[in-house]
Amino acid sequence: MTQDISPENAVVIHNLVKRFGSFVAVDSIDLAVRKGEVFGFLGPNGAGKSTTIRMLCGLLKPTSGRAVVAGYDVARQPEAVRQNIGYMSQKFSLYNELRIIENIRLFAGLYSVPSSQLQERIRWALEMSNLVGKEHLITGTLPGGWKQRLALGCAVLHKPPVIFLDEPTSGVDPISRRQFWDLIHTMTLEGVTVFITTHYMEEAEYCNRMALIFRGKIVALGSPSELKKSSMEGELLLVECAPLGAAVEALQTAAGILDAAVFGNALHLTVKSATEATPRLHRFLEEHHIQVNRIETIQPSLEDVFVSLITGHGSGEEHKA
Amino acid sequence: MSFSWKRMYVIAKKEVVQILRDPRSLAIVIAMPAILVLLFGYGVNLDQKGLPMYVCDQDSSQQSQDLLKHFQASPYFKIVRVTSNIACVQGALDSGSAKMGIVIPWDFSKRLSEGGSVQVQALVDASDDNTANLLIGYTQGVMQSYSSEVQISWLRHHGQALQSTAINVETRTWYNEDLASSSFIIPGVLALVMSVIGAFLTSLTIAREWERGTMEQLISTPVSATEIMLGKLAPYFVLGMVDTVVCALIALYWFRVPFRGSFLTLLFSSALFMIVVLALGFFISVLAKNQFAASQIALLVTFLPAFLLSGFLFSIEQMPVPLQWFTRIIPARYYVSVLKKIFLKGTPAAMLSSDLIPLAFFALALTILATRAFHKKLT
Repeated sequence: MTQDISPENAVVIHNLVKRFGSFVAVDSIDLAVRKGEVFGFLGPNGAGKSTTIRMLCGLLKPTSGRAVVAGYDVARQPEAVRQNIGYMSQKFSLYNELRIIENIRLFAGLYSVPSSQLQERIRWALEMSNLVGKEHLITGTLPGGWKQRLALGCAVLHKPPVIFLDEPTSGVDPISRRQFWDLIHTMTLEGVTVFITTHYMEEAEYCNRMALIFRGKIVALGSPSELKKSSMEGELLLVECAPLGAAVEALQTAAGILDAAVFGNALHLTVKSATEATPRLHRFLEEHHIQVNRIETIQPSLEDVFVSLITGHGSGEEHKA
Repeated sequence: MSFSWKRMYVIAKKEVVQILRDPRSLAIVIAMPAILVLLFGYGVNLDQKGLPMYVCDQDSSQQSQDLLKHFQASPYFKIVRVTSNIACVQGALDSGSAKMGIVIPWDFSKRLSEGGSVQVQALVDASDDNTANLLIGYTQGVMQSYSSEVQISWLRHHGQALQSTAINVETRTWYNEDLASSSFIIPGVLALVMSVIGAFLTSLTIAREWERGTMEQLISTPVSATEIMLGKLAPYFVLGMVDTVVCALIALYWFRVPFRGSFLTLLFSSALFMIVVLALGFFISVLAKNQFAASQIALLVTFLPAFLLSGFLFSIEQMPVPLQWFTRIIPARYYVSVLKKIFLKGTPAAMLSSDLIPLAFFALALTILATRAFHKKLT
C-alpha cells in the first residue's frame, strides 16, 4: 500500500488479523493514522479495541497482516517500536508501593532517558501531572485522576512520537477526565500522535478522527462530523411522550420507523424523512393512547450514529462505513 | 537490541524497594531462616532418650534388680514404675504413659543360678515404628551386656577364669560423634530456606506483576525479557545467599554443628541451588494464573520435596526403591547431600562432583526452561 511509505502517517495497519483459537478478535483491519492526529478507536467491550492496540505496541503478535508504527514494523522491529511509543493500559499499572518520584525514575531508566535530560524530564512529568511537591507520596495512596496523569507522564518521559492510550479515563471523575484531555491536546500541539480507545461518546467528540470497531471489523471511519452526516440513514426525530415504554414497544414495529431507542426521558426515532413522518407519528401515537409533548428534528449525536451502526450490524444488515 | 545493565539495574532497584516496603516479604526474608533453624534445631529431635518404661518384676530377686540397674544406667530408658502386676504394664502401654514394658518371669533368678537360659519379655509400643526399632535395639544391647556378665560370673563361680566375652564390639561414630540429630538435620534446613526465598517469594512477586498489569507496562517499554528476568531475580539471589550464611552461622555458633568443609564450597553449591529454585519459581509464575496458584505450586514443587524427599529428615536409603529413583529428579536431594558432607565430613569440592554435577545440570536446564517459557508468554 502507498500508505506504508507515506511520512505523513504515524500508524499504518494493513490487513491485520488476530485469532485466538477459532475466535477472530481482529478481522482484517486497514487503517492509517496521520501524524499529530488524535485518533479515537471506539467500540463496545470485546470488539477488539485492546487487542488491536496491544498488537500495535508489540505486546501481542499479529496472526497475519502488517502494522507499521512510527516507521517500524511491529512484528519485525518490536524493540524499535517500543522505544518510540508510550503506552498506557486500561488498568493502572505503575507500582503502587513506589513513591511518585521512584516510578518516574524507574520508567526514565527503562526508556534510557539520557542523564543530561533526566532532571528536565522529571520536572516536566511532575508539572504535567500536577504533582510538583508531592513526589515523595506513595503512588498507591493517590486518587484516581492523579494516578492517571502520573501514568501518562511516565509513559511519555522519552518523548515518543506516538502514544497509545487504552481507555485511559475509565473510572476517573469528569473533572479529571477533562484535565486529562487538555493534556492530550497540549501534547498533540508538539506533533505527537495519540491513538486512544474509549467508550465515552463525549470523549469521541474530542478526537480529530475515529474508527468504530465492532466484532473485530471497522464499521465506520472519519471525523465526528463526517460520521454524523454519512453514517445515519434517514433523519433523526426527538419525541417526548408518555408512557415511554409503551411508546417504544408500539413504534418498533410501526411502518416507516427505521429505529426507535430511548435516550434519557425521550425517544430517538430514525425515519426516512422527518417532514413526512411527523404528522403520521402524531396520529399513530394518539391512536395508541400515548400523550405526545413534543416532536422535533435533531442533529444525530455520535451515540445515535453508533447505536444505528451497531444495531444494523448486529441484525446482519450491511451498512456503508 | 543489546543487553542493558542500566535497565536491569533499575528493575532490580525497584524490586528491592518493593521488598523493603512489603511487611510480609520482609518478614519472610528476615525471620523465616532463623525460625526454621530454631524449629528444626530444637523441635525435631530424632534422639530418643529417657523413654518411659514399666517393669513387671514377678521375680523380685537380686538378679532381677541387677538387670533393672542396667536399664537404669542406660540414658535411653527411664523406669517409671516397677510392679508385679502385668495388667498394670499393659494399661500403661495402652494409655501411652509407657513406651515399653519388660516382664521378668518368676523363675528368672532360679534359672540363671542353674546356668540355664531364661526368656525376658519386652513389650514395645510400635505405633511409632521408628521409636520401636530403636527401643528393640537398645533393649537387646542392655540384655546382651547383662547376659555376658551373668555368664562370666557363672563360669568364674564354677572354677573357670574367663575375664570377658570373646568378641567385643568397640564402636566409634564418625562425622557426628555425639550422634546428635541436630547436627544431622540443621545443615539441611538451608535447602528449605532457599526453597522458600527462591521459589515461593519470587513466584509470588512475578505472578503479582502479571496480575496487576505492571508486567504489561514493563513489556511496553524497551526493556528486554532477559533484563526483566535478571533484574527481578538478582535481589532474591542476594537475599537467598545472605540467608544461607545467616543459617550457617546460627547452626555453627548456636547449635554447635561441626563445620569441617570449606566455606567457599558451601557458597558455590548454595549459589547453584539458588539458581535452581529461582528458575523454578520463575517458571512456575510464568505458567500460573495468579499469585495464589503460583505460591501453592511453588511450595508443592520445591518446599515439600526438599522437606520429604531430599534426605533432609528421612534417609533416602531407607525409602522404597521406586521412591529412591524418584528422588534423583529432586534438586534439593543433591544440595542436602552436599550440605551434610560439607558440614559433617569436610569432603573437598572435588569429591562432591556426584552431587554438584546434577545440581549444575538442573540449574542450567531450569534456567533455559524458564527463559523460554517467559519469552513465549511475552509474544
